[in-house]
Amino acid sequence: MGRTLYEKLWDEHLVAAPEGEPALLYIDLHLVHEVTSPQAFDGLRLSNRVVRRPELTLATADHNVPTEPLSVSVADPTSQRQLEALEVNCKEFGVTLFPRGHENQGIVHVIGPELGATQPGMTIVCGDSHTSTHGAFGALAFGIGTSEVEHVLATQTVPQQKAKTMAVTVTGTLPEGVSAKDLVLAIVQRLGTGGGAGYVIEYRGPAISALSMEGRMTVCNMSIEAGARAGLIGVDAKTIDYLKGRPNIDMGKFDLLSQSWLGWVSDGDANFDHEVIIDASSLTPFMTWGTNPAQVVAIDGVVPDPATLSNSEERATAQRSLDYMGLLANTPMREIPVDVVFIGSCTNSRIEDLRAAAAVAAQGHVAPSVRALVVPGSHRVKKQAESEGLDQVFRNAGFEWREPGCSMCLGMNPDQLSPGQRSASTSNRNFEGRQGRNGRTHLLSPAVAAATAILGRFATPDEVSR
Amino acid sequence: MKPVSLVEGKAVALRRSDVDTDQIIPSEWLKRVERTGFGLGLFSEWREDAAFVLNQPQHQGASILVAGPRFGTGSSREHAVWALMDYGFGAIISSAFGDIFRNNSSKQGLVIVQLSAELVEQLQGIIEQSPQTPVLVDVRHLTVEVPEFDWSQPFAMDSMTQERLLQGWDDIGLTLRQSDSIDAYERTHASHALTATLRD
Repeated sequence: MGRTLYEKLWDEHLVAAPEGEPALLYIDLHLVHEVTSPQAFDGLRLSNRVVRRPELTLATADHNVPTEPLSVSVADPTSQRQLEALEVNCKEFGVTLFPRGHENQGIVHVIGPELGATQPGMTIVCGDSHTSTHGAFGALAFGIGTSEVEHVLATQTVPQQKAKTMAVTVTGTLPEGVSAKDLVLAIVQRLGTGGGAGYVIEYRGPAISALSMEGRMTVCNMSIEAGARAGLIGVDAKTIDYLKGRPNIDMGKFDLLSQSWLGWVSDGDANFDHEVIIDASSLTPFMTWGTNPAQVVAIDGVVPDPATLSNSEERATAQRSLDYMGLLANTPMREIPVDVVFIGSCTNSRIEDLRAAAAVAAQGHVAPSVRALVVPGSHRVKKQAESEGLDQVFRNAGFEWREPGCSMCLGMNPDQLSPGQRSASTSNRNFEGRQGRNGRTHLLSPAVAAATAILGRFATPDEVSR
Repeated sequence: MKPVSLVEGKAVALRRSDVDTDQIIPSEWLKRVERTGFGLGLFSEWREDAAFVLNQPQHQGASILVAGPRFGTGSSREHAVWALMDYGFGAIISSAFGDIFRNNSSKQGLVIVQLSAELVEQLQGIIEQSPQTPVLVDVRHLTVEVPEFDWSQPFAMDSMTQERLLQGWDDIGLTLRQSDSIDAYERTHASHALTATLRD
């Protein structure tokens, strides 16, 4: 019997499996940011412990950083204090840090892959649930809490119960105009917010192979929204091509490395505990309508009617979501106006996402009633986009072109919705208040976000070019 | 971590499903660098509504939260656990939990009790009818009891989590007993040390 990719990664990183206790897994890369680490470093100090392997640890500032020009200082003193704490902690414990303004700074899940720190066959953790993003490289990557951050800093290991395995097999081909974001929204809708609980998901099948690395990261990124611990995609030629020449890749050993990386795939005869099959060719552009990421509807559709749900609890949940979102059942999605458009986040702020949005932005101008922000995921993405002239395309079309950071994904920095504002957002969570108190978030793809900015209501790119 | 063998007190029903950690502690609270004082931020947006269940006088001082399905989904923020405990909760009962939230809880001594949706519903009914009735979450015997209603149900917990709660063990201390295994692993596996390009 062959092994799944998850089982191979597990076996390779097993340090100890004491009877009656969780197994101990070795961690190859520990990514750190300012929000979930200060209390962990404090814990080390209190116990007189050191960081066991600082050379396997990489820190950046992303959640709190303003996305205004770098000349603007951090206005919020609590944010500033947290950013300073990260600098002090990294210096004291010998951890590499890319602070605000550094050429390598950016959203932690964007810089790991683009720097080549993320590599196939690794175990990667971060005090951030979207660490699942790195699974796109055939690495076992998952989010941990602050106590576990401290544990990894001190021991370079994490205690883990072995997860079950789920294959999400995507057959067929995505239709023109349907992106990786639409695909993962469809997957989260299908599984529900708890459907992946206890599982590590491996995405496979022809429609997954056809995705670019950026698209694969978008899909793996949102695994956690279906409750899964991690998402995985097996290594292929695209993975290798993406990593070639990245700053942290030792090109002297590249042929050897890439040969070994190609082994990080599930065996042909491996068994999964559960399999879900999705036909890519049946998908259309999707968006969320409610307050959890599984509340998904086609953009061609209408606001769902809670009355049609048979289960009373689901009915109440749906009604609560509609009330919060200020929506009436059966309203066509394309008729709903928006106030803010946000293109960014660890889900959709990579160069390919910006290219997709810019292609639409080039055909029109942001509607007068809309504020539209484009926030590149990192300085490297920003620089690349500027070298392609994308910043000019966005600016000419009335979009704001910002400095990198988590920005409006989570309301920890100045980019926030005002109460009652409705956003079209390429981020990953539409929870109540996620983008600012009483803000109303709809998740969708970069191209749809750009079209929505131009038309001032939810729209697809074909409507712009018409 | 402080040992915990019994959580005893009033319970309160939170009849909402998919309560994500952004609701438990909104992100504006995450800028703090301390581990304490998060109770004020617990459900802070919902608590602005006078009708919210935690604002009702009969539920003040409750130590057990009986929540709808899929409690603690979303963000990995351990601040959610700190907020619940700082407010005074010692145990959370639901039919399903977010994976990272459950892990984080076990590190802090917040007792996670998973019961079937039907039993959670039953218990919510009981405590809504009698908000003052004492509820007992017994970590030693893995039971939830409402003595005045003769209501008692077993729940499952892996033996390691149970032992850690009962003994108040520190996870890092436990792992460091395996230092030899970690050393041996590092000797026999290639290092993934970041290259000098990033370590400048």
